[in-house]
Amino acid sequence: MVNIKELPSKTLLMPGNAACPGCPETLGLRYVSMALGDKAVLVIPAGCSSVIQGIYPKSGIGFPILNIVFAAAASAASGLARAYKIRGLEDAQVVVWAGDGGTGDIGIQALSGAAERNENIIYICVDNEAYMNTGIQRSSLTPYGAWTTTTWTGKKEHKKDVPLIMIAHGAPYVATASVGFPTDFIEKLRRAASIKGLKYIHLHAPCPVGWRFDPSKTVEVAKLAVQTGIWVLYEYRGGVFRISPLSRPYAKKERRKPLKEYLKLQGRFRHLGEDDVKVLEAYIEERWKLYLNMEKTLGSKAT
Amino acid sequence: MTVKLLTGNYTVAEAARLARVKVVAAFPITPQTTIVEKIAEMIEHGEMDAEMIHVESEHSALAAAYGAAAGGVRAFTATSSQGLLYMHEVVWWVAGSRIPLVMAIVTRAIGPPWNIHVSHEDIMDQRDTGWIISIAEDNQEVLDLTLQAFRISEDPRVYLPAMVGLDGFILSHTTMPVDVPSQEEVDSWLPPRSPGPYVIEPGSGVIMGNIPPDEDYMRMRKAMQTAMRNAERVIMEVEEEYYKLTGRRYGGLLECYRCSDAKYAVVLMGTWAGNAKEAADRLREKGYPVGVARIRYIRPFPSMLLREKLGGMKGVMVMDRSVSMGRGGPLFLEVAEALRSKPSMMSVIAGVGGVDVGVDDISSLVEKFIGKVEERGHVYIDEYWYGV
Amino acid sequence: MSEQEEDHLVLPVSHPSPGAMGPTGYWRNFKPVIDQEKCIKCLLCWLFCPEGTIIRHEDNSVSVDYDYCKGCGVCANECPVNAIKMVPEGEEQ
Ligand SMILES: Cc1ncc(C[n+]2csc(CCOP(=O)(O)OP(=O)(O)O)c2C)c(N)n1
Ligand code: SF4
Ligand code: SF4
Ligand code: SF4
Ligand SMILES: [Mg+2]
Repeated sequence: MVNIKELPSKTLLMPGNAACPGCPETLGLRYVSMALGDKAVLVIPAGCSSVIQGIYPKSGIGFPILNIVFAAAASAASGLARAYKIRGLEDAQVVVWAGDGGTGDIGIQALSGAAERNENIIYICVDNEAYMNTGIQRSSLTPYGAWTTTTWTGKKEHKKDVPLIMIAHGAPYVATASVGFPTDFIEKLRRAASIKGLKYIHLHAPCPVGWRFDPSKTVEVAKLAVQTGIWVLYEYRGGVFRISPLSRPYAKKERRKPLKEYLKLQGRFRHLGEDDVKVLEAYIEERWKLYLNMEKTLGSKAT
Repeated sequence: MTVKLLTGNYTVAEAARLARVKVVAAFPITPQTTIVEKIAEMIEHGEMDAEMIHVESEHSALAAAYGAAAGGVRAFTATSSQGLLYMHEVVWWVAGSRIPLVMAIVTRAIGPPWNIHVSHEDIMDQRDTGWIISIAEDNQEVLDLTLQAFRISEDPRVYLPAMVGLDGFILSHTTMPVDVPSQEEVDSWLPPRSPGPYVIEPGSGVIMGNIPPDEDYMRMRKAMQTAMRNAERVIMEVEEEYYKLTGRRYGGLLECYRCSDAKYAVVLMGTWAGNAKEAADRLREKGYPVGVARIRYIRPFPSMLLREKLGGMKGVMVMDRSVSMGRGGPLFLEVAEALRSKPSMMSVIAGVGGVDVGVDDISSLVEKFIGKVEERGHVYIDEYWYGV
Repeated sequence: MSEQEEDHLVLPVSHPSPGAMGPTGYWRNFKPVIDQEKCIKCLLCWLFCPEGTIIRHEDNSVSVDYDYCKGCGVCANECPVNAIKMVPEGEEQ
């Protein structure tokens, strides 16, 4: 377990960057820094984090960074990782830091290729459930019902389950995480860093601007997503699938907080009717059934 | 130095091996495919000490090669036609970041309709990207240009990526004798990859590509243009040194064939320059003072050299193997600008999509052009489609 | 190298620095004020500050870097003992 007091007090996320107040991406980057320190090199495709760096010749994100075109993060990272291998930089960690759009939409082909080749990289999808950088357009990872500037009456389709797609690739490590639970995320990052091959971590990242909530609530909303069961923390490692301890209680429907507590904090769900809420509740139930089944069938091996 | 019988594509692979490229990322497309196959074979058989990244597309091919180059190793890729268009976004990105990299372009027509034959649309489409762009006449030159591309791209006065063009099938799949230097000879001339302008690695504190103020952005673009100007000299120097190693040189950005006493010149690039040279020989037998100016580097473009060598001639005919739709032959437009249209000029668009253009075709075109000039004093024919 | 040759290397390369977008104090509406008496040094505000502007001291006490704090209020929202108040800028505490 990660002890808060033992985490480094300074991180590579520089104050005075260009993120909005309450930004989940800077929050996530602080945890990446706490977990991986100065061994990490980031590859960042187009998205909020390309802007968060602020203005040349300064950068508000203090890791070495290769900014890259929207669709090519996993590929550029593959090249970097090979270069470090050739040069014998054994402890360098190539980390892709990509949005849900850069991961599940335009970048999924490159990610799929990198996963199939099992490139030695940590790929983090920082999932704020829309294209925030361009002004809150829907992505394939926007949840059902959510308002965006391209789904004015609410998105009609469910969220694409990218971590499951990564499991299907046979990646040696796949995990979900949340900015509301940093110790879990940091632990997963550290575990990922100890494994060779493609490690995929999907980080749930509630965005006050795009989700329409007060910036003071970023962590609260993130926690509620887990506590209502709409976001499930799990880990898939060496063929073993496990619900993470922080999500474990919510396997039981009765223990979950009412979904409405999560929804009502967010302006993007303001227009939802009872039927829409039911659709989301049914979706949660179905996902949990799937994950619990996976745990049953893929959870037997001891690690 | 040994003479080997090689196709253009195998020549490219051989050059990449001799240059001690460390990372190759490429995706197959006709007529480039056998480059990828050959390199994969050499790596797997232990003849080439490199990593092959078996990417899922050209967009990724260039991005992966670029990532490796940004991580401090010598990297290489190759593509053609649709593949080059598909990676176009990354083509710009690489140049803008000033990372040295070499890519072979096997020239081919662009669809629709599908056509795998030689044409220059694909390589001409790259002119504005900030890459050094060269194009070969034969397989020997493919080897020479590819090896030199590494030196030029990695020169601190340049730091721009470099493309080497070779015509689809006519070179890529045709076997020719190629004088191949030994590994020791290449090593003595091409040092290991330097760190380049910067390396992205732990502890480097290097952040590449975040948003600058607009003035700084513009300054960076201007700097690339300055680097292109520097490259003009670097290309000459590198070729001279290569000449000392191999005894071969071509004239830098522009090769002039029988130009010194010529009154008329044909300007073109790629393999059909061979036919043009033969046509010039025949025309001279008939008493026409004709030379050939072969563009070896599309970027940086040999404007000064063209002006110097061709500016005083009576007539210049430019042959394009591609079209800038709505404007005309792109090479013609550039040559016309370089010469300020002082000589009589004629733009011929021919050979597009692989249409055959032989010695007779070229000599009859030149003869007609000369006839027109002699008849009227000064002509300016800004578009003539030949062959269809 | 000639002047021209030097001008050719304007690289798109930046370096880590605080304040890449300048200070925040001038546009912030609310600022967090920590009641040191109440604080139990749990470090949650430090952990959850998206900006890294909760300064953590040797003894795990905390203070705010007002040059760059964006006034989001996450720290106040997450403090388990309500030791942090969001105070309108310009008003005395
Ligand atoms: C090829 C290409 N298409 C479109 C864009 C415009 N664009 C930049 S960022 C972005 C959305 C990013 O969304 P996401 O990946 O979810 O990251 P976020 O901004 O939410 O962090 C888009 C559409 C681009 N930069 N490149
Ligand atoms: S839009 Fe959201 S994710 Fe993007 S910078 Fe602002 S708070 Fe962060
Ligand atoms: S208000 Fe926000 S930015 Fe300021 S210290 Fe608190 S959490 Fe950090
Ligand atoms: S969260 Fe509250 S109690 Fe904990 S360290 Fe911060 S101010 Fe003190
Ligand atoms: Mg997003």
